[in-house]
Amino acid sequence: MTSENKPDNKDLPEGSAVSVVAGVAIAKAEEKAAIEAAAKAAKIEAAKIPKTEPTPIHGNGTAETHPLTWRLKHHQQVLSIDTYESLEGYEGLKKALKMTPAEVQGIVKDAVLRGRGGAGFPAGIKWSLIPMNKEGSPDVGPKYLVCNADEMEPGTFKDRLLMEKLPHQLVEAMILVSYAIGAQTGYIFLRGEYVLAAKNLNSAIYQAKAKGYLGENILDSGHNFDLHVHTGAGRYICGEETALINSLEGRRANPRTKPPFPQISGAWGKPTIVNNVETLCNVPAIIVRGATWFKGLSNGRSGDAGTKIYGASGKVKFPGLWELPIGTSAREILALAGGMQDGLELKCWLPGGASTDFLMPEHLDLAMDFDTIGKAGSRMGTGLLMVVDQTQNIVSAVRNLEEFFARESCGWCTPCRDGLPWAVKLLKGLEQGEGKAEDIDVLLQLTRFLGPGKTFCAHAPGAMEPLQSALKFFRSEFEAGVRATKVDAINHISVIQA
Amino acid sequence: MILKNKARIVTDQQPHINVEAVLTESERAALHDFMHHYPDPRAASLDSLKHVQKRNGWVDDAQVNAIAQVLGISIPDVEGVATFYNRIYRQPVGRHVILLCDSIACFLMGNESLADVFKKQLGIQYGQTTPDGRFTLLPICCLGNCDKAPSLMIDEDTYGLVSRAQVAEVLEQYL
Repeated sequence: MTSENKPDNKDLPEGSAVSVVAGVAIAKAEEKAAIEAAAKAAKIEAAKIPKTEPTPIHGNGTAETHPLTWRLKHHQQVLSIDTYESLEGYEGLKKALKMTPAEVQGIVKDAVLRGRGGAGFPAGIKWSLIPMNKEGSPDVGPKYLVCNADEMEPGTFKDRLLMEKLPHQLVEAMILVSYAIGAQTGYIFLRGEYVLAAKNLNSAIYQAKAKGYLGENILDSGHNFDLHVHTGAGRYICGEETALINSLEGRRANPRTKPPFPQISGAWGKPTIVNNVETLCNVPAIIVRGATWFKGLSNGRSGDAGTKIYGASGKVKFPGLWELPIGTSAREILALAGGMQDGLELKCWLPGGASTDFLMPEHLDLAMDFDTIGKAGSRMGTGLLMVVDQTQNIVSAVRNLEEFFARESCGWCTPCRDGLPWAVKLLKGLEQGEGKAEDIDVLLQLTRFLGPGKTFCAHAPGAMEPLQSALKFFRSEFEAGVRATKVDAINHISVIQA
Repeated sequence: MILKNKARIVTDQQPHINVEAVLTESERAALHDFMHHYPDPRAASLDSLKHVQKRNGWVDDAQVNAIAQVLGISIPDVEGVATFYNRIYRQPVGRHVILLCDSIACFLMGNESLADVFKKQLGIQYGQTTPDGRFTLLPICCLGNCDKAPSLMIDEDTYGLVSRAQVAEVLEQYL
């Protein structure tokens, strides 16, 4: 695990500070040292995580078919700005700066780019809520662009790849979007555990500054943009849009009431756009190739547009990530993962993270897009499948999920703070065969009391999704955890004797 | 800004801390640097806590108070942040902190039996520190490394596909 897999970083030497032209702009010796250390640490880091990707994420893709990952076909990772530029890097930004912000917004709106963080809200519509002046360009006054890189949804590991291997793609996207919405400051809200991503992003920002892509009067467009990496210190709830803003402001990450929506009053009371990493990374390609091309990527498989980074984890042969047309079926994704490990059968699966409903093997042929999976009674969420095999007791799996949600509740509202530990207690009882007959009814009741509209944010409703679907599909497993009480036994006997 | 002024009024009533005695010069410089990233100094509180924590592995009362004074915000505001986020430690931890992912992807790949091996070899439970002050064992939510589950972090190093037999080998690297 530690030594047998050497990192294949053929791009790494370019990524270090050596290639950055000396003396240009803000050449702080300290920052340079940090980048060199980053490159060194990247090697150590990569060595520790063995690769398990027999099917490459980009397939045989080109820029036309795999806008998010095609660059990885040419290099294991693209850390240097020169390499990135040679692969259409910063082309989208250059093109966008020649348009008006309203035109840029219009293209993304036409492309129907839906948020890849889980909710699927169209990014173009989100941006259009930002106040604009009469000329159609964004209003003067502070605005913020925040990238939600707080990837903590259990079973989700797509943003890590995009940030560790293609940091410039995200940096370019953020500069481009900042121009479209008129933001002067941006933050990449990165979870603290992504050490390598933080180093690579900081290095990318430093290189972009040296080339004039960041800072004042970017490429003579008159647009100014300053970008910072803000690393967190834990807590899943920071991924919730308004909790993230509170956390960014240096507060406890409790969610805020909506309205006002962040687009009107977000960070420090100013208009703020929060977008997921993958959502943002799609934008430069959309600007280069246009909305029609982006909509055509799904090949008629789905009403949604573009590609999606899908993945599989759990007991499959080759867990991993693949960029595929949106609407690819779960069965195809599982096939790329080599299917289940030998001797195991698929029992059920989570379509996109811990806060989605379980689906059954009969749902495998559904298109993995927001609407189709929604109609099947679940949510696509982040689109990374998690498979459960037939040897896994579903009560234990749900207990693990609810323990996670109970621990990560921010404690702001009562149903979530008190209801989730209650669910854990009941599930532990059932798991150990010490449940009471009424426990299952109480669990069902909790799925309603903690459901949508009963709590301050989507944390508790999300926690109830796997529970309610497990109760629906595998009720007998929960019933098996009920220990017969004396009264039950007497009733049972009297029925036999009657 | 109104927010800043409000915070300043509170600070005037706080006990005065000799910041120089608590924070080193470079720590104070770093704190001032963080403040420049945000329109309001309060936003630098998490960065500051993380930076100060690097010295001893945890943050003590004097350090919390000193951060409040440097940022010009109230002590309860800093304390509120310090106690909310699970990666800020307000009591002593071992020289190395082991974070075992216990979310569903790692659970399905057997993280509970892996955790048992750690607990047995270290002789501690989650939340405890070994008597020699070498390791603290903590659970953590999904590390985003699910294709290499079970996954864990020690200090800033991420490990994937860790088998029960490899635990001793992993631990040996941290003295």
